[in-house]
Amino acid sequence: MRKTLIALCGAVAAMFAASAASAQTVKIGIILPYSGQFADAATQLDNAIKLYVKQHGDTVAGKKLEFIRKDTGGIAPDVAKRLAQELIVRDKVDILAGFLLTPNALAGGDISNEAKKFMVVMNAATAIITTKSPYMVRTSLTTPQVNAPLGTWAYKSGIRKVYTMASDYGPGLDAEGAFSGAFKAAGGEVIGTVKMAVANPDFSAYVQRAKDLNPESIYVFVPGGAQPPAFGKALAERGIDPKKIKVLGQGEITDDAALKSMGDLALGVITAFHYDPNHQSAMNKKFVADYNADYHRNPDFFSIGGWDGMHAIYESLKKTSGNTDGEKLIGAVKGMAWESPRGPISIDPETRDIIQTVYIRRVEKVDGKIVNVEFDKVENVKDPVKAKMKTN
Amino acid sequence: MIGSLFGVLFDGFAYGMLLFLLSVGLSVTLGMMNFVNLAHCAFAMLGGYVTVTLMNGLGWPFLATLPFAFLGAALLSILFERVLYRRLYRASELDQVLLTIGIAFVSVAVAAYIYGTVQQPVQMPAYLRGSITILGHTFGVYRLFLIATSLVITLLLVAALEYTRFGAQVRAAVDNQRMARGLGINVDGAFALTFALGSGLAGLGGALAINIVGLDPAFAFTYLIYVLIVVSVGGLGSIGGSFVAATLIGISDVAGKYYVPQLGAFLMYLVMIVLLMWRPAGLFGRR
Amino acid sequence: MSAITAQNTAQNTPQAYLRAQARWTPVEIAFWLATLAPYWLFPDYLSLASQIAITALFALSLDLILGYAGIVSLGHAAFFGLGAYTAGLVSKHIWGEPISGLIAGALVAGIVGYAASFIIARFRHLALIMITLGMGLLLTELANSMHWLTGGNDGLQGVKMWPILASFRFDLFGRTAYGYSLIVLFLAFLVARRITNSPFGLSLRGIRENAIRMPALGAASRAHIRTIYTISAVMAGIAGGLLAQTTETVSLEVLGFQRSADVLVILILGGTGRLYGGLVGAIVFMVARDQFSGNTPQFWYFWIGTLLILVVMFLPNGILGGLARLTERWRRA
Repeated sequence: MRKTLIALCGAVAAMFAASAASAQTVKIGIILPYSGQFADAATQLDNAIKLYVKQHGDTVAGKKLEFIRKDTGGIAPDVAKRLAQELIVRDKVDILAGFLLTPNALAGGDISNEAKKFMVVMNAATAIITTKSPYMVRTSLTTPQVNAPLGTWAYKSGIRKVYTMASDYGPGLDAEGAFSGAFKAAGGEVIGTVKMAVANPDFSAYVQRAKDLNPESIYVFVPGGAQPPAFGKALAERGIDPKKIKVLGQGEITDDAALKSMGDLALGVITAFHYDPNHQSAMNKKFVADYNADYHRNPDFFSIGGWDGMHAIYESLKKTSGNTDGEKLIGAVKGMAWESPRGPISIDPETRDIIQTVYIRRVEKVDGKIVNVEFDKVENVKDPVKAKMKTN
Repeated sequence: MIGSLFGVLFDGFAYGMLLFLLSVGLSVTLGMMNFVNLAHCAFAMLGGYVTVTLMNGLGWPFLATLPFAFLGAALLSILFERVLYRRLYRASELDQVLLTIGIAFVSVAVAAYIYGTVQQPVQMPAYLRGSITILGHTFGVYRLFLIATSLVITLLLVAALEYTRFGAQVRAAVDNQRMARGLGINVDGAFALTFALGSGLAGLGGALAINIVGLDPAFAFTYLIYVLIVVSVGGLGSIGGSFVAATLIGISDVAGKYYVPQLGAFLMYLVMIVLLMWRPAGLFGRR
Repeated sequence: MSAITAQNTAQNTPQAYLRAQARWTPVEIAFWLATLAPYWLFPDYLSLASQIAITALFALSLDLILGYAGIVSLGHAAFFGLGAYTAGLVSKHIWGEPISGLIAGALVAGIVGYAASFIIARFRHLALIMITLGMGLLLTELANSMHWLTGGNDGLQGVKMWPILASFRFDLFGRTAYGYSLIVLFLAFLVARRITNSPFGLSLRGIRENAIRMPALGAASRAHIRTIYTISAVMAGIAGGLLAQTTETVSLEVLGFQRSADVLVILILGGTGRLYGGLVGAIVFMVARDQFSGNTPQFWYFWIGTLLILVVMFLPNGILGGLARLTERWRRA
């Protein structure tokens, strides 16, 4: 009888300790495609998260942060939904974060909406994602947000005709649509367009089609990774020189790996993007240096989305004094503005999406290295798709 | 339009040659021993990583790394054959599928562990970059190199098969294994060597492919589908079949994308299905 | 030489054999009772359990054609995906009633399966494998191009399910999802069991063993193959519809090569031709994947690959095949 009593007291004490402990921790569930074809991007994003926690400590507003990481394996919205569900139901997380891929982010949004949990999208770039849940905020970019300014800028800079080439899938169609729409609205003409196969594209055929029309400029969108260098080489093989025929695109096509692979072939390519490790600001220089010290490579746009996502979480928690209620956190983050390594950014209070500066860059050789040099910018760009939805 | 047709044919042929290098090994070993080796592209991936390590890590010139890509893949395949594959020659095809897929999975994980999941950037030497113009047509230099290399290898393979004793043994074993054994031909030894040769060629193909399609740990699976298409359309156990099939697939893929881009990747699969329905054993298949 | 008595012949008839096979063994009953255990033992894992049940149903459908008729298909996810998209589109455009959506998915998958079976029945070996692969890939490309219908790469949006039979709402814990999937799996299993333990099922096994001989025995080989292929397509379509309804998402992966390859691996892992192989394989594979990817996400491939290699080396004919051999050896010893 005594043994049972002691055991019971022990259990009660443990229960109190546990609940007391849980009252002192904030659990964050991170859902990313750690394995599979997007593993590298997930690693970059996760590295930035770890770096932020290392530099700012894992205690916010008196509470300890605990991270639980889950792998979706790639594009798998059913898995992402189940993982989000399990994180909330089984692991009792307070905040959902990560979400590199659009289908997974959309699925996670449903759960965030139903469970009323704060959700931070750190990469997925399709415009409609933030409409899925009123507790969701995005700290990365939207595809139209960087492509539409490029279209407007292209016309302003004197380009009148463009041939567009985009991979035949969601982001490609979004990007090309945003660019062409803005370009045509400014007065330009799209002389032709081609949709390219997503998997295993051999670009020579598509580039030949472009060359047949002898365009003044070419706009291209391909997914990052192996395709940008392959595209660059196809351009060279077909005799298209980016210094003579303007090649325009989203910044992914001239990221570090692509530039290293293309070398001199990339000189002259003009891109629009929200972040480059070469961005000349004191904050960015420190960010890049710290990142290199820990991970021996440059951060990229995946990293910056993770970094600013963590910043949003930390600052929101500070504002709510550690209260993890979804309503309170999203209320805290709306309208928040801060200086990021990429430049000044803020969260639109109406759409909960990111407002940031879009830089126009050109690939140039600086001190013997091939880098993206920012030479123009468009400030305070909101997501144009949702802005249009509002006015309709 | 005719000018661009020629360019398209050239590019398609070059792409086909790459597929040929990647596939010929699998075709011969599948035809010879009926062993379903779905880890074939893992050996190709290995060859690619050997080249990357030697070039980026040790600063070797690209061409010098190629024989080692071949050797690395060949040697590793001999190891696997001794330790694992040998036991499953009599097993069911499904078991062979499971084993070789398991090996492929492990190879992807190991590659990710050692090299990370990032795309391997590899810069070709200057003389292999860019394009040259002959008679008004532009040809990519690297693609010319690829075609030349593949043709040389094809000639070597055919010569070896037709004019050497070992080649005769291989041909006998492919035609009728039981008879060949009965005649005292060391079929197992011939197979082990052929397997090593085929995997080595895949490794070489993987190294050559980096500049066209890139290299990352997922390579072991991404190209498996195309290799299977070439092997099945060409016919098992036939070098000529692989050659023709690879050319056909490469050209139809590029031509399709040029003339009817809306069909995109469709065309390759349609061509394969139609050809297989017409000739289920492959164009040059035996059964 | 034993006397051929009337009793002997009565026990050795095909009908007696089938009757013996059709009896429920205690192990089977225990298995199905155990599937109810997650409600008490693993209440936080019900979403995973429902996805395991759906995968098990999909693997079961593949077993019907692979394990029993010898048709190796690398494109079976085509029917899974057709069922998923149909169920999703019904919910988005017509109404959210689950059971009718599931039936719609089954119908569409069945019709396409029936049409495809005319091609499938004509080919064997590598040609068959590659044709099924090619057809699956074509369907994926088609779904990607028709993004006005399928939502393309982003997936189908706007799938919202009503409560089943107007009382069981799909909840956050997955209780309804698991019950729904489990019941459908069990019903499909009963059907599959009935088919395989029938003269039709026996003739399928004959076709698998020696397709050329069977017509000589009077079995309409091609018609049989078409029938079982259609049934298998219907079952795969139901599995796909279940996934769409329980997760309220449909994206291109439901049609993809990855899914076809996964289910093939799962079935071979569990053991073909035993009906339970797909179920066992699904449980082992998905639990392993869930556990491994939780610990070291980048390297779960390594452990899964090793698991597959070990199973092949030590348990030929899959887990169930190996277990059957072990129990036989133990029984004889």
